Amino acid sequence: MQFWLDELRTSVDWIGALPAGFVYTIGIVVVCKIVLVYASLLAGETVWLERRISGRMQARIGPNRVGPQGLLQFLADGVKLLAKEDIIPATADKPIFLAAPIIVFVGAFAAFAVLPFGDGLVAADMNVGLFVILSLTSIEVVGIIMAGWASNSKWAVLGAMREVAQMISYELPLGISALSIVILAGTMNLTDIVHQQEGPIWNWYVFRGPFAFASFFIFFTAALAALKRAPFDLPEAESELVAGFHTEYTGFRFAVFFLAEYAAMILFAILTSVLFLGGWSPGFPVDLSEGLARWAGALILFLKTIFLLGVMIWIRWSLPRFRIDRVMYLCYKVLLPLSVVCAVGIALQVLFAITGLGTDSAFGRWLGGM
Amino acid sequence: MSGGTPEGPGPDLGSGGEPAGAVEFHERQEAVGRDVRTEEMVFNMGPQHPATHGVLRVAVKTDGEYVRALQPHVGNIHRCAEKIGESVAFYQWIPYLDRMDYLAAMCNEHIGCMAIERLGGIEVPERAEYIRVIVAEIQRILSHLMAIGVYGLDLGAFTPFLHQFRERERGMDLLDHLSGGRLLYHYVRIGGVKRDFSQDWLDELEAFLSSVETRLPEYNTLLLHNRIFQARTFDVGIIDPAMAAAWGVTGPGLRAAGVDWDLRRDAPYSIYDRFDFEVPVGHSGIGGQVGDCFQRHWVRVREVEESLKIIRQALAQMPEGPVMGRVPKGFKPPAGEVYMRGENPRGELAVYMVSAGKSDKAWRARCRGPSFSNIACITEVAEGMLIADLVALIGSMDIVLGEVDR
Repeated sequence: MQFWLDELRTSVDWIGALPAGFVYTIGIVVVCKIVLVYASLLAGETVWLERRISGRMQARIGPNRVGPQGLLQFLADGVKLLAKEDIIPATADKPIFLAAPIIVFVGAFAAFAVLPFGDGLVAADMNVGLFVILSLTSIEVVGIIMAGWASNSKWAVLGAMREVAQMISYELPLGISALSIVILAGTMNLTDIVHQQEGPIWNWYVFRGPFAFASFFIFFTAALAALKRAPFDLPEAESELVAGFHTEYTGFRFAVFFLAEYAAMILFAILTSVLFLGGWSPGFPVDLSEGLARWAGALILFLKTIFLLGVMIWIRWSLPRFRIDRVMYLCYKVLLPLSVVCAVGIALQVLFAITGLGTDSAFGRWLGGM
Repeated sequence: MSGGTPEGPGPDLGSGGEPAGAVEFHERQEAVGRDVRTEEMVFNMGPQHPATHGVLRVAVKTDGEYVRALQPHVGNIHRCAEKIGESVAFYQWIPYLDRMDYLAAMCNEHIGCMAIERLGGIEVPERAEYIRVIVAEIQRILSHLMAIGVYGLDLGAFTPFLHQFRERERGMDLLDHLSGGRLLYHYVRIGGVKRDFSQDWLDELEAFLSSVETRLPEYNTLLLHNRIFQARTFDVGIIDPAMAAAWGVTGPGLRAAGVDWDLRRDAPYSIYDRFDFEVPVGHSGIGGQVGDCFQRHWVRVREVEESLKIIRQALAQMPEGPVMGRVPKGFKPPAGEVYMRGENPRGELAVYMVSAGKSDKAWRARCRGPSFSNIACITEVAEGMLIADLVALIGSMDIVLGEVDR
C-alpha cells in the first residue's frame, strides 16, 4: 500500500504538497474501505455461488431471479434480514450477546488487511503476514464462544462447546502445515512466498516434494474444520443442535455471522492458493509489462480462489457430518502426526538443499533437489 | 494458633496447620467446587427440532454431550383417529387411516380395508388384489426413499434428501394420476379399488420403476458406501432380538436385528404368497454390527429392491377382470371381531375392530402402529450415547409422528 501512496505523492503535485502523515492516514482509511467492500461483495457472491452450485448438485435451479443469473440475490437477502425483528432473548447476557457478532466480523475481515489479492495489491505487506492471519482467524472463535454462552440457550452452549473442542484440535495441524511452508519459503511474508513460486508450475509449493504435497491436503482439511464447513460443521450442526451457536440470533446479527463465515471461506481459499498454489503466478513464464502482469496475476489468483471455493462447496454438499469424537480422532491422531512428519521432512529438505548435506546418498540428493 | 476453627468437617491439615489457613483452604475448596462443578442438563429435543421427524418431544438428560437418560413424550398431534373410527361408518374411516401414517397411506388403506372385508365377509376380485399389492409396494418404495433421504439429512448430508425427492415426486405423480391425491389417496375401497389401471399409467409405472432402479445405486454411493456415513452408523444404537421382542420393534428395525420375520412372507395376507421375494435380514457380512443404525438403513435399501421385484411379478401375473366386488348398500357387518395385521413400510400395522352387528359403525376400532412401538425402544438404546448418535438413532427408526400419536 505504501508503494502506491508513494507513487501517488510523486506523480500528483497537490498530493505531494500535503503532509506525508495526512496522506498516509487518508490512504489507510480509503484502502481499508476498498478491502472491506471488496471482501463483503466477494462474500455475498460466494453465497450466490454456493447456492447455485448446490442447486446444480441437487437437481434444482437455485436463485436466478434477482439481477442477472441471480447475482444480486445477496442484496435481497441482506435487505430481508435488515427488515427482520432484532430479538435479544430476555435471559441473554446482553453486552456479550451484542459484542459477539462484532468480534466474529472483525476476526474474519481484519485478516484481509494482510492478504494479498495480487502482486502489490495488499493493504499491509507485513513480514509476519501469515502469522497475523492465523492469529486473527482465531479471534473469530472467541466471538463464537461468546455468542454461544451469552445466548443462554442450551443448544447454543453445546454449539460453542463443540467449537472450542474443534478449535483446539484443528489449530495444531493447520499451524504446523502452514509452518512447513514457512520453513520452505524462509519467510512469513505472503508476497515473498508467492514470488518464490513464480515460474513453471512445479515451482508451486504444492509440487515441491511429497511432504509439501501432503501438507497441502492437511492444510485444506484443517481449513475446512476452521471454517466450520461440512463435514466439520459441528458447531452449527443443523439436524443436531438446531442452529448451534447462532440459534438465538436473528436479523442483521445473524447476517453478520453468515457474512463472516463466507468471508473466512474466501480468506482461507486465497491463503491456500498463496501458500501452495503459486498465488498469482500462472504456472508458466509470461512476458507482460509490469502493470498488465499485476492485474492479470490478480485475475489468476481470483480464479484459483473461485476454484478452491468450488471445491469447498462441492465437499459440503456431498458428505455427511462427522461426529465430534471422529473430528478429534482425525485431527489429533491422523492430521497432527502427519503434519509433524511433513514439517520435519520439509525441514530436512531445506537443510539438505542449503548445506549440501546428504549429497552422498541418493535419498539426500532426491530430497535436496525438490 | 489464633482464630476459630472451621465449622463442620473440614480437611485434615495435620497438627501444624494454621486454623486461619484452614478457613482459607476450605473456602478455596468450595470456590473450586463452585467453579468447575459439572451438572446434568435436561434438553427438550423437540417438538420443534429439525431431527425429530415431526412433533416428537424427547426430554434428554445429558452430561456434556453424552445422553444419560431420555424420555420420549408423544401425543402432540393426537387426532382421535381410533375414536373417530367408532363414530363414523366403516367406509368413512378409511381416509382417517391414510392420515395416521401419511407416508404409507396406501398400505394403511390396504390393511384397513382387509380388516373390514374380513368382518363383513366381502369377496375382493382377483385383479383388485393385484392392484392393491402393486400400489402398496409403490408406497413402500416411496416411504423407504423418504426414509433413506431423510436419514442422510439427519446425518448432515443434504444432497441425497433432495435427490430422492426427484424419484419420490414421480411416484407421487403416479399415484396422483391413479387416485387424484398426491399423499393421501383413499384409493383402496372396501371390496376392491377405486379405478383400474390405464395403459398410459402402466407406461408411467415402468418409467418410474426403471428410474428407481438406476438411481438407487447413486444414493448408495452418497450414503451407504460413504466412509463418513459408515463411521456415523456402524455400532450405533444396537437393538438386539431380545430387546426388539421386549419393546415390540417390528419392520426394518426387527429385520436389521437379525430376526427373519416379514408378515408378507410369514403370515401371508392378500396375495403376497404368490410372489417370490427375499426378506433382507441384517447380518455381520455387510459391515457394522447386527442391529445397528447402518443395518437398518441397509435393510431399507434392500427392501426397495425387493418391492421392485414384487411389482414386476404382480404386473406379469395380473389377470383381467373387475376391480370392485359386490358390497351391499348400507353395509352392516354381522357381530364379531377382527384383528388384521400387515407389513407396513415401518413395521407391523394391525387393525382391530369389533362390530356389534346391525350397525354401520364399528363398536370398537383400534390400531397397533409400528412407529409407536419402535420409538419406545429408544429409551433403552440411547443411554450413554452422544447427542449426534441420538439423532442417528431416531432417524434410523424412521418414525412418522402422525401414526405414533394417531
